[in-house]
Amino acid sequence: MSKRVTIFAGHYGSGKTNVAVNYALWLSEEHSKVSIADLDIVNPYFRSKDSEKVLEEKGIRLISSAFANSNVDTPALPAEAYSITADKDCYAVVDVGGDDRGALALGRYVPDILEENNYEMYFVINKYRPLTPDADSAIEVMREIEYSCGMRFTGIVNNSNIGEETTPEEVQNSFAYADEISAKTGIPVVMTTVDKRIYPQIKEIKENAKPLTLYVRQSWQRG
Amino acid sequence: MSEKVLMKGNEAMAEAAIMAGCKHYFGYPITPQTEAAAYMAKRMPKLDGGVFLQAESEIAAINMVIGVASTGKRVMTSSSSPGIALKSEGLSYLAGCDLPALVINVQRGGPGLGSIQPSQSDYFHATRGAGHGDFHMIILAPASVQEMVDLTFKGFDLGDKYRMTTMILADGTMGQMMEPVSLDMGEVKEYDKSWALTGTKGERKPNIVNSLFMLPADLEKYNFERYEKYKLIEENEVMYDEYMMDDAEICIVAFGVAARVSQNAIDEARKQGIKVGMIRPITLWPFPKKVLNSAADKVKAFVSVELNMGQMIEDVELATRCKKPVLLCNRAGGVIPTTEDVMSKIIEANEIGGAN
Repeated sequence: MSKRVTIFAGHYGSGKTNVAVNYALWLSEEHSKVSIADLDIVNPYFRSKDSEKVLEEKGIRLISSAFANSNVDTPALPAEAYSITADKDCYAVVDVGGDDRGALALGRYVPDILEENNYEMYFVINKYRPLTPDADSAIEVMREIEYSCGMRFTGIVNNSNIGEETTPEEVQNSFAYADEISAKTGIPVVMTTVDKRIYPQIKEIKENAKPLTLYVRQSWQRG
Repeated sequence: MSEKVLMKGNEAMAEAAIMAGCKHYFGYPITPQTEAAAYMAKRMPKLDGGVFLQAESEIAAINMVIGVASTGKRVMTSSSSPGIALKSEGLSYLAGCDLPALVINVQRGGPGLGSIQPSQSDYFHATRGAGHGDFHMIILAPASVQEMVDLTFKGFDLGDKYRMTTMILADGTMGQMMEPVSLDMGEVKEYDKSWALTGTKGERKPNIVNSLFMLPADLEKYNFERYEKYKLIEENEVMYDEYMMDDAEICIVAFGVAARVSQNAIDEARKQGIKVGMIRPITLWPFPKKVLNSAADKVKAFVSVELNMGQMIEDVELATRCKKPVLLCNRAGGVIPTTEDVMSKIIEANEIGGAN
Protein backbone atom coordinates (compact mmCIF):
# COMPACT_ATOMS: atom_id res chain seq x y z
CA MET A 1 0.00 0.00 0.00
CA SER A 2 1.64 3.24 -1.13
CA LYS A 3 1.82 6.24 1.14
CA ARG A 4 0.27 9.44 -0.21
CA VAL A 5 3.56 11.33 -0.48
CA THR A 6 6.79 9.69 -1.68
CA ILE A 7 9.95 11.75 -1.55
CA PHE A 8 13.16 10.88 -3.41
CA ALA A 9 16.37 12.51 -2.25
CA GLY A 10 20.03 11.56 -2.37
CA HIS A 11 23.51 12.31 -3.55
CA TYR A 12 24.02 14.54 -6.59
CA GLY A 13 23.69 12.38 -9.70
CA SER A 14 22.42 9.26 -7.92
CA GLY A 15 19.53 8.95 -10.37
CA LYS A 16 16.71 10.44 -8.29
CA THR A 17 14.86 12.03 -11.19
CA ASN A 18 14.72 8.90 -13.28
CA VAL A 19 13.63 6.81 -10.29
CA ALA A 20 10.99 9.41 -9.37
CA VAL A 21 9.58 9.55 -12.92
CA ASN A 22 9.39 5.75 -13.09
CA TYR A 23 7.79 5.61 -9.64
CA ALA A 24 5.13 8.14 -10.65
CA LEU A 25 4.33 6.00 -13.69
CA TRP A 26 3.99 2.86 -11.52
CA LEU A 27 1.70 4.76 -9.16
CA SER A 28 -0.47 5.88 -12.06
CA GLU A 29 -1.28 2.23 -12.79
CA GLU A 30 -3.02 1.96 -9.42
CA HIS A 31 -4.22 5.48 -8.72
CA SER A 32 -6.08 7.92 -10.93
CA LYS A 33 -4.65 11.08 -9.41
CA VAL A 34 -0.87 11.23 -9.37
CA SER A 35 1.44 14.23 -9.47
CA ILE A 36 5.22 14.62 -9.61
CA ALA A 37 6.86 17.73 -8.21
CA ASP A 38 10.33 18.82 -9.34
CA LEU A 39 11.94 20.64 -6.42
CA ASP A 40 15.44 20.65 -7.91
CA ILE A 41 17.05 24.03 -7.22
CA VAL A 42 20.60 22.79 -7.83
CA ASN A 43 20.80 21.58 -11.40
CA PRO A 44 19.21 23.33 -14.39
CA TYR A 45 19.64 20.23 -16.59
CA PHE A 46 18.20 16.69 -16.74
CA ARG A 47 14.90 17.57 -15.09
CA SER A 48 11.65 15.65 -14.76
CA LYS A 49 10.34 18.17 -17.28
CA ASP A 50 12.35 16.22 -19.88
CA SER A 51 9.78 13.43 -19.39
CA GLU A 52 6.81 15.77 -19.79
CA LYS A 53 5.36 13.86 -22.73
CA VAL A 54 5.20 10.41 -21.16
CA LEU A 55 3.88 11.86 -17.90
CA GLU A 56 1.16 13.71 -19.76
CA GLU A 57 0.16 10.57 -21.66
CA LYS A 58 -0.44 8.79 -18.34
CA GLY A 59 -2.37 11.73 -16.92
CA ILE A 60 0.28 12.55 -14.35
CA ARG A 61 0.43 16.18 -13.32
CA LEU A 62 3.94 17.62 -13.64
CA ILE A 63 4.70 20.37 -11.17
CA SER A 64 7.87 22.10 -12.21
CA SER A 65 9.40 25.54 -12.26
CA ALA A 66 8.49 27.68 -15.25
CA PHE A 67 12.26 28.15 -15.62
CA ALA A 68 13.18 24.45 -15.82
CA ASN A 69 15.10 23.72 -19.05
CA SER A 70 15.27 27.40 -19.91
CA ASN A 71 18.26 29.73 -19.80
CA VAL A 72 17.01 31.29 -16.59
CA ASP A 73 19.53 29.67 -14.30
CA THR A 74 17.73 30.53 -11.11
CA PRO A 75 16.81 28.35 -8.13
CA ALA A 76 13.06 28.89 -8.38
CA LEU A 77 10.35 26.68 -6.88
CA PRO A 78 6.94 26.29 -8.52
CA ALA A 79 4.08 27.86 -6.54
CA GLU A 80 1.96 24.83 -7.42
CA ALA A 81 4.24 22.68 -5.26
CA TYR A 82 2.02 23.51 -2.28
CA SER A 83 -0.51 21.10 -3.79
CA ILE A 84 1.81 18.28 -2.59
CA THR A 85 0.40 18.82 0.90
CA ALA A 86 -2.81 20.72 0.10
CA ASP A 87 -4.38 18.24 -2.31
CA LYS A 88 -5.04 15.23 -0.10
CA ASP A 89 -6.72 13.17 -2.89
CA CYS A 90 -3.58 13.14 -4.98
CA TYR A 91 -0.63 10.77 -4.73
CA ALA A 92 2.45 12.97 -4.86
CA VAL A 93 5.97 12.03 -5.92
CA VAL A 94 8.59 14.57 -4.89
CA ASP A 95 11.88 14.80 -6.80
CA VAL A 96 14.34 16.65 -4.58
CA GLY A 97 17.60 18.22 -5.80
CA GLY A 98 20.92 16.58 -5.02
CA ASP A 99 22.83 16.65 -1.73
CA ASP A 100 22.07 18.78 1.33
CA ARG A 101 21.96 21.92 -0.81
CA GLY A 102 19.16 20.47 -2.92
CA ALA A 103 17.28 19.12 0.10
CA LEU A 104 17.10 22.59 1.62
CA ALA A 105 14.22 23.38 -0.74
CA LEU A 106 12.15 20.53 0.73
CA GLY A 107 12.27 22.12 4.18
CA ARG A 108 9.39 24.51 3.65
CA TYR A 109 6.96 21.63 2.94
CA VAL A 110 8.20 19.47 5.79
CA PRO A 111 5.93 20.71 8.66
CA ASP A 112 2.81 19.90 6.60
CA ILE A 113 4.17 16.54 5.43
CA LEU A 114 5.02 15.54 8.99
CA GLU A 115 1.62 16.68 10.29
CA GLU A 116 -0.27 14.60 7.76
CA ASN A 117 2.11 11.72 8.45
CA ASN A 118 1.33 9.72 5.32
CA TYR A 119 4.67 9.70 3.54
CA GLU A 120 7.81 7.79 2.68
CA MET A 121 11.16 9.45 2.17
CA TYR A 122 13.58 7.38 0.13
CA PHE A 123 17.34 7.75 -0.03
CA VAL A 124 18.55 6.98 -3.56
CA ILE A 125 22.04 5.48 -3.62
CA ASN A 126 24.55 4.57 -6.32
CA LYS A 127 27.69 2.72 -5.27
CA TYR A 128 29.40 3.74 -8.53
CA ARG A 129 29.30 7.49 -7.91
CA PRO A 130 32.79 8.65 -6.96
CA LEU A 131 31.98 10.52 -3.76
CA THR A 132 29.77 7.78 -2.25
CA PRO A 133 31.72 4.58 -2.95
CA ASP A 134 31.28 3.06 0.51
CA ALA A 135 28.58 2.86 3.17
CA ASP A 136 30.12 5.47 5.45
CA SER A 137 30.41 8.16 2.77
CA ALA A 138 26.81 7.47 1.69
CA ILE A 139 25.59 7.69 5.28
CA GLU A 140 27.40 11.01 5.68
CA VAL A 141 25.44 12.40 2.71
CA MET A 142 22.26 10.87 4.11
CA ARG A 143 22.68 12.65 7.45
CA GLU A 144 23.55 15.95 5.75
CA ILE A 145 20.33 15.75 3.73
CA GLU A 146 18.23 14.91 6.81
CA TYR A 147 19.77 17.79 8.73
CA SER A 148 19.24 20.16 5.80
CA CYS A 149 15.54 19.42 5.19
CA GLY A 150 14.49 18.45 8.74
CA MET A 151 13.12 15.01 7.87
CA ARG A 152 14.29 11.44 8.36
CA PHE A 153 14.58 8.86 5.62
CA THR A 154 12.25 5.84 5.86
CA GLY A 155 13.72 3.69 3.08
CA ILE A 156 16.68 3.15 0.77
CA VAL A 157 16.47 2.76 -3.01
CA ASN A 158 19.51 1.00 -4.39
CA ASN A 159 19.98 2.51 -7.85
CA SER A 160 23.62 1.46 -8.31
CA ASN A 161 24.60 1.65 -11.97
CA ILE A 162 27.25 2.92 -14.37
CA GLY A 163 24.81 3.99 -17.07
CA GLU A 164 24.22 2.10 -20.27
CA GLU A 165 27.17 -0.23 -19.74
CA THR A 166 25.80 -1.60 -16.45
CA THR A 167 26.04 -5.37 -16.14
CA PRO A 168 24.05 -7.65 -13.81
CA GLU A 169 27.33 -8.34 -11.95
CA GLU A 170 27.72 -4.66 -11.11
CA VAL A 171 24.20 -4.51 -9.74
CA GLN A 172 24.84 -7.69 -7.78
CA ASN A 173 28.08 -6.24 -6.38
CA SER A 174 26.10 -3.35 -4.92
CA PHE A 175 23.82 -5.50 -2.72
CA ALA A 176 26.35 -5.69 0.12
CA TYR A 177 26.85 -1.90 -0.08
CA ALA A 178 23.10 -1.24 0.23
CA ASP A 179 22.76 -3.82 3.00
CA GLU A 180 25.60 -2.26 4.97
CA ILE A 181 24.01 1.21 4.76
CA SER A 182 20.76 -0.39 5.89
CA ALA A 183 22.38 -2.28 8.78
CA LYS A 184 24.22 0.80 10.03
CA THR A 185 21.17 3.06 9.88
CA GLY A 186 18.31 0.67 10.56
CA ILE A 187 16.56 1.87 7.39
CA PRO A 188 15.29 -0.88 5.04
CA VAL A 189 16.28 -1.26 1.38
CA VAL A 190 12.81 -0.96 -0.16
CA MET A 191 13.74 -1.19 -3.83
CA THR A 192 16.60 -2.21 -6.09
CA THR A 193 16.07 -0.27 -9.30
CA VAL A 194 17.71 -1.65 -12.45
CA ASP A 195 17.68 -0.83 -16.12
CA LYS A 196 14.87 -2.86 -17.71
CA ARG A 197 17.38 -4.52 -20.07
CA ILE A 198 19.06 -6.36 -17.20
CA TYR A 199 16.01 -6.56 -14.93
CA PRO A 200 15.20 -10.16 -15.95
CA GLN A 201 18.52 -11.37 -14.49
CA ILE A 202 18.20 -9.35 -11.30
CA LYS A 203 14.58 -10.22 -10.46
CA GLU A 204 15.64 -13.85 -10.12
CA ILE A 205 18.00 -12.96 -7.27
CA LYS A 206 16.46 -9.86 -5.68
CA GLU A 207 12.79 -9.83 -4.87
CA ASN A 208 12.55 -6.06 -4.39
CA ALA A 209 13.97 -5.40 -7.88
CA LYS A 210 12.07 -2.94 -10.07
CA PRO A 211 12.68 -2.28 -13.80
CA LEU A 212 13.61 1.27 -14.79
CA THR A 213 12.87 2.76 -18.18
CA LEU A 214 14.92 5.68 -19.45
CA TYR A 215 12.28 7.86 -21.09
CA VAL A 216 14.56 10.51 -22.52
CA ARG A 217 17.10 9.86 -25.25
CA GLN A 218 19.44 12.55 -26.47
CA SER A 219 20.84 12.83 -29.99
CA TRP A 220 24.39 12.59 -28.63
CA GLN A 221 23.81 9.37 -26.72
CA ARG A 222 25.65 6.41 -28.13
CA GLY A 223 24.31 3.14 -29.43
CA MET B 1 41.73 -2.75 -14.61
CA SER B 2 40.06 -0.83 -11.85
CA GLU B 3 36.29 -0.74 -11.48
CA LYS B 4 34.48 1.90 -13.48
CA VAL B 5 32.62 4.73 -11.81
CA LEU B 6 29.74 6.84 -13.08
CA MET B 7 30.77 10.47 -13.41
CA LYS B 8 29.71 13.77 -14.85
CA GLY B 9 32.24 15.26 -17.25
CA ASN B 10 32.86 18.18 -14.90
CA GLU B 11 33.55 15.88 -11.96
CA ALA B 12 35.65 13.55 -14.09
CA MET B 13 38.05 16.24 -15.26
CA ALA B 14 38.38 17.53 -11.70
CA GLU B 15 39.24 14.05 -10.42
CA ALA B 16 41.64 13.50 -13.34
CA ALA B 17 43.42 16.76 -12.48
CA ILE B 18 43.87 15.58 -8.90
CA MET B 19 45.23 12.27 -10.17
CA ALA B 20 47.67 14.21 -12.37
CA GLY B 21 49.07 15.79 -9.23
CA CYS B 22 47.25 19.11 -9.41
CA LYS B 23 46.74 20.40 -5.87
CA HIS B 24 45.85 23.97 -6.75
CA TYR B 25 42.49 24.99 -8.13
CA PHE B 26 41.28 28.55 -8.50
CA GLY B 27 37.91 29.31 -9.97
CA TYR B 28 34.62 31.04 -9.90
CA PRO B 29 31.30 29.22 -10.39
CA ILE B 30 29.44 29.45 -13.69
CA THR B 31 26.95 27.10 -15.30
CA PRO B 32 27.56 24.64 -16.96
CA GLN B 33 30.95 23.92 -15.32
CA THR B 34 30.02 24.52 -11.67
CA GLU B 35 30.32 20.84 -10.70
CA ALA B 36 34.06 21.07 -11.35
CA ALA B 37 34.46 23.78 -8.72
CA ALA B 38 32.01 22.04 -6.36
CA TYR B 39 33.91 18.76 -6.71
CA MET B 40 37.25 20.47 -6.07
CA ALA B 41 35.78 22.20 -3.01
CA LYS B 42 34.99 18.77 -1.57
CA ARG B 43 38.15 16.95 -2.65
CA MET B 44 40.99 19.46 -2.25
CA PRO B 45 40.74 19.95 1.55
CA LYS B 46 41.14 16.16 1.93
CA LEU B 47 44.49 16.17 0.07
CA ASP B 48 47.78 16.89 1.75
CA GLY B 49 48.51 20.48 0.71
CA GLY B 50 45.42 20.73 -1.48
CA VAL B 51 44.14 24.23 -2.22
CA PHE B 52 40.65 25.10 -3.42
CA LEU B 53 40.01 28.79 -3.66
CA GLN B 54 36.89 30.48 -4.96
CA ALA B 55 38.30 33.75 -6.18
CA GLU B 56 36.38 37.02 -6.24
CA SER B 57 36.34 36.93 -10.03
CA GLU B 58 37.62 34.99 -13.02
CA ILE B 59 40.37 37.57 -13.50
CA ALA B 60 41.59 37.04 -9.95
CA ALA B 61 41.48 33.27 -10.44
CA ILE B 62 43.66 33.29 -13.57
CA ASN B 63 46.20 35.56 -11.87
CA MET B 64 46.37 33.12 -8.95
CA VAL B 65 47.02 30.43 -11.57
CA ILE B 66 49.94 32.51 -12.91
CA GLY B 67 51.33 32.76 -9.38
CA VAL B 68 51.29 29.02 -8.72
CA ALA B 69 52.42 28.16 -12.26
CA SER B 70 55.54 30.27 -11.77
CA THR B 71 56.54 28.00 -8.89
CA GLY B 72 56.36 24.96 -11.18
CA LYS B 73 53.41 23.34 -9.39
CA ARG B 74 50.55 21.89 -11.38
CA VAL B 75 47.63 24.31 -11.33
CA MET B 76 44.30 24.75 -13.04
CA THR B 77 41.20 26.84 -13.41
CA SER B 78 37.91 26.12 -15.10
CA SER B 79 35.06 28.23 -16.31
CA SER B 80 32.53 28.62 -19.11
CA SER B 81 32.63 30.93 -22.10
CA PRO B 82 31.97 34.39 -20.54
CA GLY B 83 34.32 33.54 -17.68
CA ILE B 84 37.04 32.34 -20.05
CA ALA B 85 36.76 35.63 -21.95
CA LEU B 86 37.52 37.39 -18.66
CA LYS B 87 40.60 35.23 -18.23
CA SER B 88 41.99 36.24 -21.63
CA GLU B 89 44.47 38.75 -20.27
CA GLY B 90 45.91 36.14 -17.91
CA LEU B 91 46.15 33.57 -20.70
CA SER B 92 48.33 35.98 -22.66
CA TYR B 93 50.55 36.58 -19.60
CA LEU B 94 50.91 32.81 -19.09
CA ALA B 95 52.06 32.55 -22.71
CA GLY B 96 54.41 35.53 -22.38
CA CYS B 97 55.95 33.98 -19.25
CA ASP B 98 56.10 30.48 -20.82
CA LEU B 99 54.21 28.96 -17.91
CA PRO B 100 52.40 25.61 -17.91
CA ALA B 101 48.79 25.63 -16.72
CA LEU B 102 45.55 23.81 -17.44
CA VAL B 103 42.45 25.81 -18.30
CA ILE B 104 39.07 24.21 -18.89
CA ASN B 105 36.33 25.87 -20.91
CA VAL B 106 32.94 24.16 -20.70
CA GLN B 107 31.40 26.26 -23.45
CA ARG B 108 27.91 27.74 -23.40
CA GLY B 109 25.98 29.73 -25.98
CA GLY B 110 26.93 33.32 -26.74
CA PRO B 111 27.75 36.06 -27.42
CA GLY B 112 27.26 38.03 -24.24
CA LEU B 113 25.57 36.30 -21.35
CA GLY B 114 24.04 34.07 -24.03
CA SER B 115 22.64 30.81 -22.69
CA ILE B 116 23.55 28.00 -20.34
CA GLN B 117 23.16 25.39 -23.06
CA PRO B 118 26.07 23.70 -24.88
CA SER B 119 27.97 25.49 -27.60
CA GLN B 120 31.22 25.42 -29.55
CA SER B 121 31.31 29.09 -30.35
CA ASP B 122 34.61 29.74 -28.56
CA TYR B 123 36.53 27.82 -31.24
CA PHE B 124 38.02 30.98 -32.72
CA HIS B 125 38.79 32.39 -29.28
CA ALA B 126 40.59 29.22 -28.20
CA THR B 127 42.48 28.35 -31.36
CA ARG B 128 43.57 31.90 -32.18
CA GLY B 129 45.39 32.52 -28.94
CA ALA B 130 42.56 33.74 -26.71
CA GLY B 131 44.30 36.97 -25.77
CA HIS B 132 46.53 39.75 -27.02
CA GLY B 133 49.89 39.16 -28.63
CA ASP B 134 51.27 36.31 -30.71
CA PHE B 135 50.67 33.00 -29.00
CA HIS B 136 48.98 29.62 -29.08
CA MET B 137 47.60 27.28 -26.49
CA ILE B 138 47.31 23.54 -26.99
CA ILE B 139 43.56 22.96 -27.42
CA LEU B 140 42.11 19.54 -26.61
CA ALA B 141 38.52 18.63 -27.50
CA PRO B 142 37.03 15.67 -25.61
CA ALA B 143 34.01 13.78 -26.99
CA SER B 144 33.24 11.57 -23.99
CA VAL B 145 33.55 11.62 -20.22
CA GLN B 146 36.44 9.15 -20.53
CA GLU B 147 38.22 11.62 -22.80
CA MET B 148 37.56 14.40 -20.28
CA VAL B 149 39.64 12.27 -17.93
CA ASP B 150 42.32 11.18 -20.40
CA LEU B 151 42.83 14.60 -21.97
CA THR B 152 42.95 16.39 -18.62
CA PHE B 153 45.69 14.00 -17.53
CA LYS B 154 47.52 14.40 -20.83
CA GLY B 155 46.95 18.15 -20.83
CA PHE B 156 49.10 18.56 -17.73
CA ASP B 157 51.89 16.54 -19.38
CA LEU B 158 51.77 18.62 -22.57
CA GLY B 159 51.78 21.81 -20.54
CA ASP B 160 54.85 20.75 -18.56
CA LYS B 161 56.64 19.38 -21.62
CA TYR B 162 56.30 22.58 -23.65
CA ARG B 163 55.92 25.13 -20.84
CA MET B 164 52.61 26.42 -22.10
CA THR B 165 48.91 26.52 -21.36
CA THR B 166 46.73 23.61 -22.38
CA MET B 167 43.03 24.27 -22.71
CA ILE B 168 40.35 21.61 -22.60
CA LEU B 169 37.69 22.96 -24.94
CA ALA B 170 34.62 21.08 -23.80
CA ASP B 171 30.98 22.08 -24.05
CA GLY B 172 27.95 22.01 -21.75
CA THR B 173 27.05 18.48 -22.86
CA MET B 174 30.50 17.12 -22.04
CA GLY B 175 30.38 18.83 -18.66
CA GLN B 176 26.92 17.63 -17.74
CA MET B 177 26.65 14.14 -19.26
CA MET B 178 27.21 11.09 -17.10
CA GLU B 179 29.16 8.12 -18.39
CA PRO B 180 31.16 5.26 -16.91
CA VAL B 181 34.85 6.05 -16.65
CA SER B 182 38.02 4.28 -15.67
CA LEU B 183 40.34 6.37 -13.53
CA ASP B 184 43.27 4.05 -14.10
CA MET B 185 45.72 6.73 -15.23
CA GLY B 186 49.14 5.34 -14.47
CA GLU B 187 52.12 7.18 -13.05
CA VAL B 188 52.46 10.96 -13.02
CA LYS B 189 55.49 11.94 -15.11
CA GLU B 190 58.15 14.30 -13.81
CA TYR B 191 59.41 17.22 -15.91
CA ASP B 192 62.41 19.49 -15.64
CA LYS B 193 61.33 22.63 -13.80
CA SER B 194 64.69 24.21 -13.16
CA TRP B 195 63.13 27.49 -14.37
CA ALA B 196 60.64 27.62 -11.50
CA LEU B 197 60.61 30.21 -8.73
CA THR B 198 61.28 28.04 -5.72
CA GLY B 199 63.70 30.21 -3.73
CA THR B 200 67.44 30.31 -4.45
CA LYS B 201 68.41 29.39 -0.88
CA GLY B 202 71.55 31.36 -1.69
CA GLU B 203 72.73 28.48 -3.87
CA ARG B 204 71.90 29.64 -7.39
CA LYS B 205 71.12 32.69 -9.45
CA PRO B 206 67.51 33.82 -9.18
CA ASN B 207 65.12 32.58 -11.87
CA ILE B 208 63.01 35.22 -13.55
CA VAL B 209 59.46 34.72 -14.80
CA ASN B 210 58.41 37.75 -16.77
CA SER B 211 56.66 38.92 -19.93
CA LEU B 212 58.06 42.44 -20.09
CA PHE B 213 61.19 43.15 -22.14
CA MET B 214 62.98 46.47 -22.24
CA LEU B 215 64.36 46.03 -25.75
CA PRO B 216 62.15 45.23 -28.76
CA ALA B 217 64.82 42.94 -30.20
CA ASP B 218 64.78 40.81 -27.03
CA LEU B 219 61.02 40.44 -27.16
CA GLU B 220 61.25 39.59 -30.85
CA LYS B 221 63.80 36.86 -30.10
CA TYR B 222 61.47 35.22 -27.57
CA ASN B 223 58.56 35.40 -30.00
CA PHE B 224 60.56 33.64 -32.70
CA GLU B 225 61.81 30.99 -30.26
CA ARG B 226 58.27 30.37 -29.07
CA TYR B 227 57.09 29.86 -32.63
CA GLU B 228 59.87 27.33 -33.22
CA LYS B 229 58.39 25.43 -30.27
CA TYR B 230 54.92 25.72 -31.84
CA LYS B 231 56.28 24.14 -35.04
CA LEU B 232 57.51 21.17 -33.01
CA ILE B 233 54.08 20.80 -31.43
CA GLU B 234 52.39 20.94 -34.84
CA GLU B 235 54.67 18.14 -35.98
CA ASN B 236 54.47 15.92 -32.92
CA GLU B 237 51.26 16.42 -30.97
CA VAL B 238 48.40 16.29 -33.46
CA MET B 239 45.61 13.96 -32.30
CA TYR B 240 42.52 12.90 -34.19
CA ASP B 241 40.21 9.96 -34.54
CA GLU B 242 38.89 8.42 -37.74
CA TYR B 243 35.52 6.74 -38.16
CA MET B 244 34.62 4.71 -41.25
CA MET B 245 37.03 6.64 -43.47
CA ASP B 246 38.39 3.65 -45.43
CA ASP B 247 35.89 3.86 -48.28
CA ALA B 248 34.32 7.23 -47.45
CA GLU B 249 33.23 9.56 -50.24
CA ILE B 250 32.00 12.18 -47.80
CA CYS B 251 34.06 13.23 -44.80
CA ILE B 252 32.42 14.78 -41.77
CA VAL B 253 34.70 16.92 -39.62
CA ALA B 254 33.38 17.40 -36.10
CA PHE B 255 34.64 17.54 -32.52
CA GLY B 256 33.09 17.14 -29.08
CA VAL B 257 29.33 16.68 -28.90
CA ALA B 258 28.98 17.42 -32.64
CA ALA B 259 31.12 14.33 -33.36
CA ARG B 260 28.82 12.16 -31.24
CA VAL B 261 25.70 13.30 -33.07
CA SER B 262 27.57 12.92 -36.37
CA GLN B 263 28.58 9.36 -35.54
CA ASN B 264 24.92 8.41 -35.02
CA ALA B 265 24.08 10.11 -38.34
CA ILE B 266 26.90 8.23 -40.13
CA ASP B 267 25.53 4.91 -38.84
CA GLU B 268 22.14 5.91 -40.19
CA ALA B 269 23.52 7.06 -43.56
CA ARG B 270 25.57 3.87 -43.98
CA LYS B 271 22.32 1.87 -43.63
CA GLN B 272 21.07 3.83 -46.64
CA GLY B 273 24.24 2.97 -48.55
CA ILE B 274 25.87 6.41 -48.37
CA LYS B 275 29.63 6.13 -47.95
CA VAL B 276 30.34 8.66 -45.24
CA GLY B 277 33.02 8.75 -42.57
CA MET B 278 34.44 11.19 -40.06
CA ILE B 279 37.71 12.75 -39.03
CA ARG B 280 37.36 13.99 -35.48
CA PRO B 281 40.04 16.45 -34.40
CA ILE B 282 41.07 15.82 -30.78
CA THR B 283 43.66 18.60 -30.89
CA LEU B 284 42.03 21.73 -32.33
CA TRP B 285 45.42 23.41 -32.11
CA PRO B 286 47.52 21.88 -33.50
CA PHE B 287 44.83 21.20 -36.10
CA PRO B 288 45.04 17.86 -37.98
CA LYS B 289 45.88 19.51 -41.29
CA LYS B 290 47.81 16.68 -42.93
CA VAL B 291 45.16 13.98 -42.56
CA LEU B 292 42.47 16.34 -43.85
CA ASN B 293 44.60 17.36 -46.79
CA SER B 294 45.13 13.70 -47.74
CA ALA B 295 41.44 12.98 -47.28
CA ALA B 296 40.68 15.77 -49.74
CA ASP B 297 42.33 13.66 -52.45
CA LYS B 298 39.90 10.81 -51.80
CA VAL B 299 36.49 12.20 -50.83
CA LYS B 300 34.19 14.35 -52.91
CA ALA B 301 33.06 16.68 -50.16
CA PHE B 302 33.47 17.61 -46.51
CA VAL B 303 30.79 18.52 -43.98
CA SER B 304 31.86 20.57 -40.99
CA VAL B 305 29.41 19.98 -38.14
CA GLU B 306 29.58 22.65 -35.46
CA LEU B 307 27.59 24.25 -32.63
CA ASN B 308 28.34 27.78 -33.85
CA MET B 309 27.95 29.94 -36.93
CA GLY B 310 30.79 28.18 -38.76
CA GLN B 311 34.24 28.56 -37.21
CA MET B 312 36.21 25.32 -37.62
CA ILE B 313 35.05 25.21 -41.25
CA GLU B 314 37.70 27.87 -42.00
CA ASP B 315 40.44 25.55 -40.73
CA VAL B 316 39.01 22.67 -42.76
CA GLU B 317 39.08 24.83 -45.90
CA LEU B 318 42.63 25.96 -45.14
CA ALA B 319 43.83 22.43 -44.40
CA THR B 320 42.29 20.99 -47.56
CA ARG B 321 43.38 23.99 -49.65
CA CYS B 322 39.76 24.15 -50.85
CA LYS B 323 40.38 21.10 -53.03
CA LYS B 324 36.83 19.90 -52.34
CA PRO B 325 33.68 21.71 -51.26
CA VAL B 326 33.14 22.05 -47.51
CA LEU B 327 29.51 22.24 -46.40
CA LEU B 328 28.45 23.59 -43.05
CA CYS B 329 25.97 21.87 -40.76
CA ASN B 330 25.44 24.08 -37.77
CA ARG B 331 23.13 25.04 -34.93
CA ALA B 332 23.83 27.92 -32.62
CA GLY B 333 22.82 29.66 -29.41
CA GLY B 334 22.97 26.51 -27.31
CA VAL B 335 21.05 24.22 -29.68
CA ILE B 336 22.54 20.80 -30.45
CA PRO B 337 22.23 19.57 -34.05
CA THR B 338 19.91 16.59 -34.39
CA THR B 339 20.82 13.40 -36.21
CA GLU B 340 18.36 14.54 -38.91
CA ASP B 341 20.17 17.89 -39.30
CA VAL B 342 23.41 16.03 -40.00
CA MET B 343 21.68 13.46 -42.23
CA SER B 344 20.21 16.13 -44.48
CA LYS B 345 23.67 17.67 -44.99
CA ILE B 346 25.14 14.25 -45.74
CA ILE B 347 22.48 13.76 -48.40
CA GLU B 348 23.18 17.23 -49.82
CA ALA B 349 26.92 16.48 -49.95
CA ASN B 350 26.23 13.12 -51.58
CA GLU B 351 24.37 14.84 -54.40
CA ILE B 352 27.44 16.87 -55.31
CA GLY B 353 28.61 15.54 -58.64
CA GLY B 354 32.03 15.17 -60.20
CA ALA B 355 33.45 12.84 -57.61
CA ASN B 356 37.23 12.68 -57.56
